[in-house]
Order: sequence, then C-alpha cells, then structure tokens
Amino acid sequence: MSNTAKTLVIASAVAAAVSGVATTASAQAKEKCYGVSLAGQNDCAAGPGTTCAGTSTVDYQGNAWTLVDAGTCADIELPKSADGAAREGSLEPLERDLPA
Amino acid sequence: MSVSQTTFCAALLDPSAAVPDGLWDAAERPAGRRFSVYRNNVAVSLTEAMHQAFPVIARLLGTQNMDGLAGLFLRKHPPSSPLMMFYGEEFPEFLAGMEQLSHLGYLADVARLELALRRSYHSADSQAAPHDALAIPPEEIVLAKLEFAPSMKVLRSDWPLFSIWRFNSEEGAPKPAPGSEDVLITRPEFDPAPHLLPKGGADWIAHVQAGLTIGEAFEQTFAEFPEFDLGATLALLLQGGAITSVSIERLAT
Amino acid sequence: MLDSSLRSNRLPAAPGVGYKPQHYDQILDHAHPVGWLEIHAENYMGDGGRPLAQLRHLSEKFPISVHGVGLSIGGEGPLYTDHLARLKHLVGWLNPASFSEHLAWSTHDSHFLNDLLPLPYTDETLERICAHIDQVQETVGRQMLLENPSSYLAFEESTWSEPDFLREIARRTGCGLLLDVNNVFVSATNLDFSPQSYIDAYPLDNVHEIHLGGHDEDEDDHGRPLLIDSHGREVVDPVWTLLDYVLDRSGPKPVLIEWDTDVPDWSVLRAEADRAQAALDRIPA
Repeated sequence: MSNTAKTLVIASAVAAAVSGVATTASAQAKEKCYGVSLAGQNDCAAGPGTTCAGTSTVDYQGNAWTLVDAGTCADIELPKSADGAAREGSLEPLERDLPA
Repeated sequence: MSVSQTTFCAALLDPSAAVPDGLWDAAERPAGRRFSVYRNNVAVSLTEAMHQAFPVIARLLGTQNMDGLAGLFLRKHPPSSPLMMFYGEEFPEFLAGMEQLSHLGYLADVARLELALRRSYHSADSQAAPHDALAIPPEEIVLAKLEFAPSMKVLRSDWPLFSIWRFNSEEGAPKPAPGSEDVLITRPEFDPAPHLLPKGGADWIAHVQAGLTIGEAFEQTFAEFPEFDLGATLALLLQGGAITSVSIERLAT
Repeated sequence: MLDSSLRSNRLPAAPGVGYKPQHYDQILDHAHPVGWLEIHAENYMGDGGRPLAQLRHLSEKFPISVHGVGLSIGGEGPLYTDHLARLKHLVGWLNPASFSEHLAWSTHDSHFLNDLLPLPYTDETLERICAHIDQVQETVGRQMLLENPSSYLAFEESTWSEPDFLREIARRTGCGLLLDVNNVFVSATNLDFSPQSYIDAYPLDNVHEIHLGGHDEDEDDHGRPLLIDSHGREVVDPVWTLLDYVLDRSGPKPVLIEWDTDVPDWSVLRAEADRAQAALDRIPA
C-alpha cells in the first residue's frame, strides 16, 4: 500500500469511528453494571460471614481440596491441546491448538 | 503465659494447629472454640471476598469448588494490604498452577480479566477528549498521538476470553467457540465494560501507548495483521471515553 | 500528646448510619435522612471511580465520619507507613467530621487478616499502642477516636481492665474514644462481667461517638453463651437499654447504627436510626 493510500485508509477509518460515536451514545447508556461496584468492600463487623460461621467448623479450612463437577465450565468445550494431553503448568494453548 | 501475634497468626491460618495457650474464657479455662470465631472470621470473610472479586470464576467452577480453592488461596496468599478491593492479585498464577484445573487452561485469563475490571473500577477519573478532536485533515490524523484513560485496560488471550466472560455474565449469551480473543475494558463513567477487540487492536493500542503516531502504529499492526480494523478499534475507544488527549506534532515548515 | 487545637470532632449529637453504596439514591432522595454518615476508610482509598465520586457528593450534604478498619494500631510491628499515607490523603481531602480506628490488630508480617484481632492489656501493649496513636495523630494532623473491641476470649497475661486501659491511652495520647455499646454488651456476656460496671468505670468524658450494631448468638465448649459481633441484624433490646444507661451519664452523643452484613433495605436501617433518635430525645436537655 502506498503512503497516500495508507493515509486515506487511516483517515476514513478514523472518520467512520468519529461519526459513529454520536449514534451509539444512547446504546452505551443501557450498558448494565457488571456487579463490580460493591466488590471487595471492607467491613468492620467481627468479620462478614460470621452469621453462618460462628464457632462452627468451617468445612473449607484449606487442608485439601478436590475438584467436584459443578459450574458452567462443564458447558464449555474448548480444546485443551491438539493431542488431547494436559499440559501441566501451561496456561495458554499453543497457536497450533486453535482453529484459525 | 504470653501469646505473641506470630503465634496467634499461625494458629489463625492453620486450622489443624492447637489453640495457643494463654487464651482463656471468663473462668480461666482454655479458650477452645472461642478461638474459632477469629479463625472463621478470617477464612469466611476472605472466602466471601474471593467470591465477590471473581464471580465468573465462581460460576465456571461452582460455589463448592470456589470455596475450596479460596480456602487454599487465602492461606497461601493472605492479603498483603488492607485494601480488600484489590485482593486476589496472585489468583491467576495460583489457578494456573493447580494440577486439578490444568484441563481448564482459560481460568487464569478469566481471573486476569476480573482483576482488570476491578482495577478499572477504582482507577483515577479522566476526561474524554472532545468528540471532534479527531475530526482533522487526513495528513494530520496519521501524525496524531493519543493518550488513554487510566481506566482503560487491554487483555490479550489465546482463549476466547471475551466469549467465556459473556457466557457467564449475560443471560442468553452464546457458548464460546474455540479461538483467541483480546479484550478492551473501557469505563465511560463509573462502570467498566469489557469489549471484544478486533484482531490486531491490542497491538495497535500498545504501539500508541509506546508513543507511536496513529499512522506509525497502524503500519506496524498492519504488517502483522493485514485484516486489522482501525475504525472498529477506534470506535470502541471513543465510545468508551478511553481517549483522553489527541496531540499533533506538525511538521516544521 | 496531641496538640489540643487538633481536637476537632464535629459530628452532631444525632443518629448516623454506616454508609452502604446500595443506599446512595435513597439517602439523597429522603427529605430527612440521617444526621451524618460513617464510611470505612479503606473502601475509599482507590484512585477514583464511583466510590470517591459518591463520597465527594455525600460529603457536601452530610458530616462524614471516617472509620478505619485496617491500620492495625495494636500490631506488634511498626505501622505501615504507606497505609498511614493513604489515610492522611483521605482525611486531608475529605476533611471529615471525625476519624476513628480500633483497639485491635489485623496486620502481621505484611499479612492483612481482615479481622479485628484481640490484644492483651499489658504495660507493653499500652506503650506500643500509645506510640502508634501518637504517630497516627501526628501524621494525619488531627485527633483520632479509639474504639473498644468485642471480645470472645481473654488473655492470661492481661493486667489492666479494658476501661482503665482505654482511659490511660486517652490520657497519654490525647486521643478521643468511640464507645461501642454493643461491643460492651457482647464482651460482658462472653467474659462474664457487668456491662453497667464497665460503663461506670469507662471515661465517658472522652467519648465523642457511640456505636450500636446487631450481634449473633452461639455457645462455647461449655455451653455458655457466646455472642458474635456480626453487624448483620437489628440492635437487641438489652443493648438499647444499655445505651440509655450510657446516655443518662454521658449526655447527648453522636450515635451510629452499624449494619455491615446482610445489609437491609434503607427503611429498616432508617427505623434503627429513629430508635436511636428516640433514645437521644429522652435525655433531658
């Protein structure tokens, strides 16, 4: 692409974006709150959650944990890796694992 | 018998440890389960904080798994600051290191997104540049440099991060399909919202943040992602009030 | 020792409530909301966003009390200077009507434990707390109020009674006191003493604020009642009675309703504040 062509591509992209802002402003207003507004508030009770805990033995006291089937992750089927083997310690699949 | 805070603290975080000597009830009998009140306050309050901080992780794994993981996490990484709104910085790495979760490789990125949403929520306020700041001649547009709001965050992921987040946050959202997705967080006023970035958008933003002009950043991004959609990327930034300044260094005449 | 010119507590002798963001609209819409609001300092230590915007707006309409929950005044180690700096910044721009913290510790070895943990009342603890309070008052540049805790157990090593301990801290540092009447009731039940005797021994002249809150009931290993300061329900009748006992001796004071867990509708909180108003109204002027 020539410099002039590039300048025009950029300029028209910017112009489209600028003119698009006015028309989408009202849609933005409907953006819902995602529940982060209250996250992580410090409380000054003896500790939030005491209502149900008290002196009883809390069953998640951190000695051990075993994954049980629950949650929505079971509904999401995403490739683990191309050969189907777990790659321990790796967060991210390699590029080749993913359909283009 | 004196009880140091080191002793108290160790017994607090280790439920299998004995209650320290030197703690009494009114009749001078050992404190026993009275000590559990403090133990439970710490464990339960930090577990609740983790649920509040990572609602999508909690949905993905279910409440019971989240409770168990939080119990492990809070002992390995108790808060390092009294600012509970920032608790959980180490959670992505923690999740990545859990062998039992290695088949859910996307969890760490989801946790990073949830951390970024909270950071955005508490970021400094900023004023968006006027809408016409970019209504300038083409030859000036390519020379323009931009500054972004502190509340703007970008996450790159090799997973369909935005789709996973949406599937667990919005009713009726489609199931995520395999693929990589980068996410832009903008905060038009007070509520941060994630958006799916066009391919190359994260690179373009990084180039602009590094001080390149709009034109230079486009060229660099275009070289790697010929399909890069600058207009769509800019529209997300403008709609989110994420561009705070446009400056043009005019060529000397 | 605090310079007496820095003793500026300006809360009205009226009911206030602990501010919760979910009540923001109702507080502003209400024709006669409450006399003042209290916030937890740490929730307003971010860089911006809605929390600070709401606080700025509320502070134009209400006296604000800044109540810290994370300074760890009783910690064995030094105070965390970065946290102290954040507190100074908040108190600096907000210029609140009052600033208070707890007779407790919460941070150890850089770990914040998110609870108000108990202290032995010894000479050693006294020295340490006084030094910390001096440091806080010098840094923040104003008087702080110190709140009595809810106790679930006692330390064998303690040599001071709690009222005497607090009186001595106030005498040495010039700090004021925040009397949590529910905490007195909870501790008295848990440690088997008379709450009235506690109040009789307590330096009421130093009190600049009173707290009330709800507690839960549990029991210890021996089947003895163990009350837990949960801030998750209405203030119980015996605590209202104890408030009357205090106010009869102290005269009118700012009275706060604390409700931090299972936060109710505004109307429920408002009804608790009305009850506090009634308690204040029955004191002869």
